[in-house]
Amino acid sequence: MSGELKVLPLFVIIPLATAFVLPVVGSFRRAGRSVATVLANVAVAALLVLSVRSLGSSGVYQVGSWSIPLGINMVLDGLSGLLLLTISVVAAAAMVFSIRYMERYTAKPKYLTLFLLMVAGMNGVVLSGDIFNLFVFMEIASIASYALVGFGCEHEELEASFKYMVLGSIGSLFVLFGVALVYGNTGTLNMAYIGQAVKTNGLNPGLSFALALFIVGFGLKAALVPFHAWLPDAHPSAPAPISAMLSGVLIKALGVYALSRVVFNVFGVTVTVGWLLVALGILSMVAGAFLAIGQWDIKRLMAYSSISQIGYVVLGIGLGGLILARGQDTAWASLAILGGLFHLVNHAVYKSLLFLTSGSIEMTTGTRQMRQMGGLAQTMPITRASATVGSAAIVGIPPFSGFWSKLILVIAAVQAHYYWIAAVIVFVSLCTLIMYLKVQRYVFLGELPVELRDKKEAGIAMLLPMVVLACLCLLMGLLVLVPALRNGILEPAVKVLVEGLGYSARIIGILSEGMVI
Amino acid sequence: MLYALCFLLFAIGLYCAIVKKNMVKIAIGILIMEYAVNLFLIMLGYRAGGVSPVVGPEHSDPLTGNVTASFINSSVDPLPQALVLTAIVISLGSLALIISICIRTYEKYGTFDITEIRRLKG
Repeated sequence: MSGELKVLPLFVIIPLATAFVLPVVGSFRRAGRSVATVLANVAVAALLVLSVRSLGSSGVYQVGSWSIPLGINMVLDGLSGLLLLTISVVAAAAMVFSIRYMERYTAKPKYLTLFLLMVAGMNGVVLSGDIFNLFVFMEIASIASYALVGFGCEHEELEASFKYMVLGSIGSLFVLFGVALVYGNTGTLNMAYIGQAVKTNGLNPGLSFALALFIVGFGLKAALVPFHAWLPDAHPSAPAPISAMLSGVLIKALGVYALSRVVFNVFGVTVTVGWLLVALGILSMVAGAFLAIGQWDIKRLMAYSSISQIGYVVLGIGLGGLILARGQDTAWASLAILGGLFHLVNHAVYKSLLFLTSGSIEMTTGTRQMRQMGGLAQTMPITRASATVGSAAIVGIPPFSGFWSKLILVIAAVQAHYYWIAAVIVFVSLCTLIMYLKVQRYVFLGELPVELRDKKEAGIAMLLPMVVLACLCLLMGLLVLVPALRNGILEPAVKVLVEGLGYSARIIGILSEGMVI
Repeated sequence: MLYALCFLLFAIGLYCAIVKKNMVKIAIGILIMEYAVNLFLIMLGYRAGGVSPVVGPEHSDPLTGNVTASFINSSVDPLPQALVLTAIVISLGSLALIISICIRTYEKYGTFDITEIRRLKG
């Protein structure tokens, strides 16, 4: 047990150190660029191996051997492990895709540096057991992503990057203000100790205000509906692998993960907060789906659909919290949270797959407007097949992953007697079906435009990640159907959220048992 | 009372960032918000008439070697200062990025007015 814990800092150190080496290596002409690409891929592959190996283990690492609450700690538990694995899988796929895709941009080593900084920031957010460090890592990931959105330096990209940066900075400052209020009211920044203080003293007005600030701040990062304005501009403007990273994992690690960690484990969920999360979730689902249907830019459609899908995740987690706070059956709450978290993982896989296919389409056709495409099923069979699998998964057609997570959400809502929530979930699925049928109809079927007749499928480096992710979409249903996989991967994450304020007792308990370093 | 003024400053910055049309003014609004939060953090650790929290030999108890209670009761809290330093470094990074984006946008569009920079919509 104690041996595994030393691994934790590596999740941040590997991408961070590689990110600093890359610009140096990359400055040596053409060979340097190849070396930089290989190095970045090796770093991401190492993270993937590490996250698979650390799955199922849990523990605490104290940075610099300073014991908490004096020092900073990193915590690995079921929820962090799940997020780490998701980040690593999507990052690996996006990185392999970038090898070929990013050739058309000039500063590839700089791109790889920013990519790795973003991964380092996300891993840090997920592992941090200290609320101020969560803010610092969040800023590392956010600033890297602002720069990546504007990477092309064209009109739209700069405009989107500015918009994203303003709203993102405001979100970060809300979080920082919340951190300051928490420190003023509890005298500690360690999440476990804050949880303990809340448990003994309850929420005073200052802490309630801090909770509100956190919900707004992380809500801005997660692009929940009243705070979503930046996402449909920022995600399409980024290069395709970055869109996959942003929609696939960034909004989840910085938004949903941080939100649920703070709401459940630090402040403890109440009925009001549970309803608030359910309301935000439903608003995002419905508004995102309606706005997506009217889009003609393929990546913009997918970005709006991300808002709608993140609504499902927040709805599941909020519903679980609501049931818990009302003191109803814990089994239903677990089921709702399981549905939410499983949908989070599923969405990470299929939305990154869809954004990668959109990148492949954009590279071949040179446009993102669906009206100018058509008949691509003839020239790009593999892209078409992957996109169809991704669409089927996001819509929720039975053997694919999205079906199972939506089914669990519906069952949980019905069991808890929130029939109208179940109805909304099914209704939004229908809207999702309409928008992805539109993609199929206008991009892959119909008449092939004359100027696209001689275009070919992209190279193997771009096809491989798409095919792998498509296979994952098909197989991920096994995560809930096979009990061994469910108990190994998803259930530990659910337990973390269900235990709520018990988190602090567990962390402090691990430390007092001497299981450190 | 002073805390409320900090929050007022924060609200002024937020207003500026949301309402203003000029990109540079929006950046300034964000900076005002950052200053308000930093000021708030510093005030949390402030203690009227406090001493700096640097432990010297004269502050430890000669018998036990522990820091004396009078020093602990009179020194200011050092943690918010460390937090503010970190927050300032982060805000420097994001300020550099936001200003460079403003400059690049001005080169492309020839204006700082966000109502004229509207290629993205819907």
